Amino acid sequence: MIPIINPITLFFASIFTSNILLTNFLGMCSFISISKDWRSSFGLGMAVTFVMTITAALSWAVLYFILIPLRLEYLSFIVFIIVIAAVVQVLEMVIDRASPALYLSLGIFLPLITVNCAILGAILFMQIRDYGFLQAVTFGAGSGLGWWLAIMLLAAIRERIEKSPVPAGLKGPGITMITIGFMAMAFIGFSGMIAVQ
Amino acid sequence: MSQSKTMSILKDNLWTNNPIFIQILGICSTLAVTNNLRNTAIMTIGVALTTAFSSFTLSAIKELIPRKVRMIVQVLVISFYVIIIDILLRAYLPDVSKQLGPYVGLIITNCIIMGRAEAFAQANKPLLSFWDGLTSGLGYMAVLMAIAVVRELLGFGTLFGLRVLPTAFVPWTIMIMAPSAFFLVAMVMWWAKNMQAAKAKPAQGKAGTPAAKPATPPAQPAKA
Repeated sequence: MIPIINPITLFFASIFTSNILLTNFLGMCSFISISKDWRSSFGLGMAVTFVMTITAALSWAVLYFILIPLRLEYLSFIVFIIVIAAVVQVLEMVIDRASPALYLSLGIFLPLITVNCAILGAILFMQIRDYGFLQAVTFGAGSGLGWWLAIMLLAAIRERIEKSPVPAGLKGPGITMITIGFMAMAFIGFSGMIAVQ
Repeated sequence: MSQSKTMSILKDNLWTNNPIFIQILGICSTLAVTNNLRNTAIMTIGVALTTAFSSFTLSAIKELIPRKVRMIVQVLVISFYVIIIDILLRAYLPDVSKQLGPYVGLIITNCIIMGRAEAFAQANKPLLSFWDGLTSGLGYMAVLMAIAVVRELLGFGTLFGLRVLPTAFVPWTIMIMAPSAFFLVAMVMWWAKNMQAAKAKPAQGKAGTPAAKPATPPAQPAKA
């Protein structure tokens, strides 16, 4: 892969040109079920961004300071999952203590995040593409924001679709998939701007 | 286990309760590789095996797991099987493993596996859970293979890497890119829902005319 990418370029690239949801299909499950509601989409998107940035940094450290020196790379899947679960758990406790208001709006989404494929996906991409620490963090943050952007856009579009006549068989998930398809096409328009990957 | 129960599970998982077009689970980890038939086949076989074996294991040890730590035990069992699949792929099919990249690892977060473990393996015997996991995987495989056939055929003019369409055929670039997968999934969902609605109607009222399927909302059991 490309050895050194400017972290700032990578940040924007992971939001727009290689959006983790629209080009890599990651995080679809919660994406479809949550995007019915604008407010929860915002909460979940923010939680994903938060967790993704922190776990990207942590798993980078775990990977390069523990797993690789000990030659335990084959355990990386399990270790990454544990890192994600631990971060989510700790975050839940910290947010609960620090700001109950934020906990009320974010809290219910945190457990969902442990099994969100986008988080694990971002970490695995980081591992495969040999990112450095700064790149890993910006990639995590960028991917999270990209996910947030995509779910907000979709939630806004879905509020309109609710009121339009859709063929019976396409109602619900069907029309949502088509909408996501069009969004993905729109995002392809960005792809000439920054070339990563 | 009785013959009829195994058959009803098979039918349920392949058609009436298909993981993709009815439950909409687990599309994330596999949709990205559906522009190549061979990769899709290997990936979905991996998912089916993981689902089957982890359902089997979790059903066998369900009495030993305290309810509070159930989730994390499930994830650990699943990742154990995924690691085995990853190592096998790297050893025997290195080039496929390279192309699949992170997606093999992402089988862990495939919601179908957790879903079957929660919904079926919790309450059933190990062998039956194994069968349920395997058939869920097959239902998943069938849909994704269908999508992959369309995408590879129109996107590259090949099937399993062999040229099928004449060289004069201009490949549809859109089929290689992400949006086409979304459209195709939506089309499969649409088709399946219409088929099921058309089938449900003659069962309810007598004069069911299968010709008029889409424009009849009453027989739609879809969510509100």
